[in-house]
Amino acid sequence: MYKVVEKRDLAPGIHLLEIEAPMIAQRAKAGQFIMLMIDDKGERIPLTMADWNPKKGTVTIIALEAGKTTMKLGTVKKGDELRSIVGPLGIETHTQDLGTVACVGGGIGIALMYPTVRAMKQAGNKVLSIMGARTKDLLILEKEITEYSDEVHICTDDGSKGHHGFVSDILKKMLDEKRPIDVVYAVGPIIMMKVIADLTRSYGVKTIVSLNPIMVDGTGMCGSCRVNIDGKTKFGCVDGPDFDGHKVDFQLLIARNKRYLAEEKTAVEKFKKEVA
Amino acid sequence: MAEETPAPKKERVKKKYPMPEQDPKERIHNFNEVPLGQDAETVIKEAERCLQCKRSEKRKICVDGCPVGIDIPAFIRKVKEGDFEGGIKIIKQYNALPAVCGRVCPYENQCEGYCVVGKLKENQPVGIGRMERFLADWEREKGMAKPELPPRKGKKVAVVGAGPAGLTVASDLAKRGYDVTIFEALHAPGGVLIYGIPEFRLPKAIVWAEVEYIRSLGVKLVFDAVVGKTIKMQEIAQEFDAIFVGTGAGLPKWMNIPGENLNGILSANEFLTRTNLMKSYMFPEFDTPNRIGMRVATIGGGNVAMDCARTALRLGAEESWIIYRRSDAELPARREEVHHAKEEGVKFQLLTAPVKYTGDETGYVKKMECCKMRLGEPDASGRCRPIVCEGENFVLDVDIVNIAIGQSPNPIVPQTTPELKTTRWGTIVVDEWQRTSMKGVFAAGDIATGDATVILAMGGGKKAAEGIDRYLSQNEPWPAKEVFDKISSH
Ligand SMILES: Cc1cc2nc3c(=O)[nH]c(=O)nc-3n(C[C@H](O)[C@H](O)[C@H](O)COP(=O)(O)OP(=O)(O)OC[C@H]3O[C@@H](n4cnc5c(N)ncnc54)[C@H](O)[C@@H]3O)c2cc1C
Ligand SMILES: Cc1cc2nc3c(=O)[nH]c(=O)nc-3n(C[C@H](O)[C@H](O)[C@H](O)COP(=O)(O)OP(=O)(O)OC[C@H]3O[C@@H](n4cnc5c(N)ncnc54)[C@H](O)[C@@H]3O)c2cc1C
Ligand code: SF4
Ligand code: SF4
Ligand code: FES
Repeated sequence: MYKVVEKRDLAPGIHLLEIEAPMIAQRAKAGQFIMLMIDDKGERIPLTMADWNPKKGTVTIIALEAGKTTMKLGTVKKGDELRSIVGPLGIETHTQDLGTVACVGGGIGIALMYPTVRAMKQAGNKVLSIMGARTKDLLILEKEITEYSDEVHICTDDGSKGHHGFVSDILKKMLDEKRPIDVVYAVGPIIMMKVIADLTRSYGVKTIVSLNPIMVDGTGMCGSCRVNIDGKTKFGCVDGPDFDGHKVDFQLLIARNKRYLAEEKTAVEKFKKEVA
Repeated sequence: MAEETPAPKKERVKKKYPMPEQDPKERIHNFNEVPLGQDAETVIKEAERCLQCKRSEKRKICVDGCPVGIDIPAFIRKVKEGDFEGGIKIIKQYNALPAVCGRVCPYENQCEGYCVVGKLKENQPVGIGRMERFLADWEREKGMAKPELPPRKGKKVAVVGAGPAGLTVASDLAKRGYDVTIFEALHAPGGVLIYGIPEFRLPKAIVWAEVEYIRSLGVKLVFDAVVGKTIKMQEIAQEFDAIFVGTGAGLPKWMNIPGENLNGILSANEFLTRTNLMKSYMFPEFDTPNRIGMRVATIGGGNVAMDCARTALRLGAEESWIIYRRSDAELPARREEVHHAKEEGVKFQLLTAPVKYTGDETGYVKKMECCKMRLGEPDASGRCRPIVCEGENFVLDVDIVNIAIGQSPNPIVPQTTPELKTTRWGTIVVDEWQRTSMKGVFAAGDIATGDATVILAMGGGKKAAEGIDRYLSQNEPWPAKEVFDKISSH
């Protein structure tokens, strides 16, 4: 059992949990994730480690309500115990000797991008962060990301803060201004990552995306997380989650992530009835 | 002179006493176990069919067919006397998981395949498997006695993987006085027994009970520990005196044909893990979903394929097909499973292989193009090589396809432990004592043999436990690297 030592809501529907998991905290690296199961009847879901503390033996995750399990995470309280946490899984993000890195995060992707921003900076790269959300209340971790960035650009879909528009607009402007960018790291909704990858392709800038396929075990055993990279099948959990954005078959990922739409709806309706 | 009437010669009972089973029409609507088990009276009568054969150089008997060498005539004698306690004691000297083996062992090729009675004309072998099952169930129902443990040796052994191989090593070594800790990647113990083999063939409560027994021997279980990720082999090696690796064959194989990544095409591992480990058959009470298809095709002909095809029926499929590239005679599944599948209405499309899948606009598979096969000359494995019949392709409508063409060894431990030598199939190279090329590390089960059977994994585990005991109590040198190079080049 894994004790929740801290629980906060960063924004409506965005929950931060700090959880005791000493073995994982010892060796967590940026870009890696855990598989989390709330209780005996729960689903195993992947969540990126937003932070970790080897001394305290804790890992921090930030979850956006997407369906039943992430909604239920919202009801978990400080002191509660979670059934299972496995990790650190996946390959860590490559951060060495990159030069100037543009880190682009959209929505919950901002939380996922934070440890990467920090690792990129600590590895000696110049970090340009671009963060976007629907509205200003959903702009999380701004302070933390600013701390490890050389520049921070903000945008909102509704114009309530920063640039009124998309993260891709800002990146495009930078590229058009011929700012030296060696690598783009993008994480967020699939469609955002696709837009960024399509954009950078025409500028010939290397782009890494962090994919979020549906997983079951997270250890390479089932193939639920299959993605297509450059025509070859890869497992998101063990070969990723980071991949070359220019080689990802996003259409396939979009289709595969809709596999259980009907069932997910049933689960959410049942959950809402239970908490009501 | 009045002649003495000879005592009437007891008529030989030629067939096994029948095993009561759930009606096929009923059982395809539930996940309850199919064979219901026999009563004590019937089992004693079954034991009376045994001839109590003696083993000799010339004559092979049941014992020769059991990979762990259970003294079968001895335990049957106890059953015949009604001494079930004595019977189960004998079995447990050889086999830590009798309730499991009594259900899933391919006994028709093993113990029962060697039974002398079975060789008699018109006779079926003695029902050894079901007797084993009965004794184990009888013991579990009355409550398992904790065996007396020898004094602790003060030596620590780590076991990686809580499948049948790892559980066997753990129980054998605990009984010999070692302190054993099991590291398991999943959140529950049992390996394939818990995530692969369905409830209707092996109720999970039985696996729990067997694991509880092993725990009662003082074995510690650490879950959610992916060795190589959560903790490295090298770190374990620093803390423990010896390590056993039993990580199994959990890597699904694919056919790499067009359309294989469409929605609705799953590895058998995914389909079965969702159903068994995550209990998707009780969705939405349990959170993990598993899409239910009306027309389900399962590719493959082994136990795994039968499990998928039969599970699909229970999840509500109207049609469940087995697509297998050889003929009925070559089906690698246990005969009993094939029989059960047929009884339940699984359809067998033999001498057939898929070549391509196509889907609809939502990305879900809709059609599977298949080619016909015929059997050619036997290949290296002795089985006839299937050959494609050109120009005879046809199309099946499908909603779900399960790929059950085998599993490769789990790569995580070898990949993160370069000291461990592997073969080109990815199995860990071991010598006759299950030693590996890394000092103090042993391996057995599917990770050493490739995907095999529960009892072979346990047999390997027993040997490894003995090897570990020798290693930790005698001062034998570890074999040189070259020994393992030589083994792997064979
Ligand atoms: C490597 C990785 C890291 C991730 N990190 C984060 C994170 O830090 N914070 C965060 O909020 N989200 C993260 N996600 C996404 C998160 O796993 C899903 O939102 C979550 O599983 C949804 O579960 P649910 O029951 O709440 O919703 P559901 O109703 O079950 O699903 C909603 C949507 O989430 C996706 N999804 C569903 N089940 C899974 C599953 N088992 N695995 C992956 N995706 C699934 C599907 O696209 C689905 O349509 C990550 C995903 C991956 C693969
Ligand atoms: C669906 C199915 C049906 C089958 N039916 C039969 C049958 O009827 N009869 C029969 O005899 N055999 C059957 N088999 C085969 C049999 O189950 C296997 O041969 C047997 O389970 C192998 O045992 P094992 O201990 O080597 O490995 P497994 O049972 O595979 O156990 C390995 C364990 O190691 C864990 N693990 C893996 N990697 C790591 C890691 N890095 N760190 C920590 N833990 C790890 C896994 O999670 C797992 O729990 C079937 C197999 C399947 C898949
Ligand atoms: S373990 Fe398997 S092979 Fe051995 S006696 Fe039991 S059923 Fe037969
Ligand atoms: S071979 Fe058959 S008849 Fe002979 S001892 Fe074994 S079970 Fe009994
Ligand atoms: S989640 Fe099962 S293989 Fe990746």
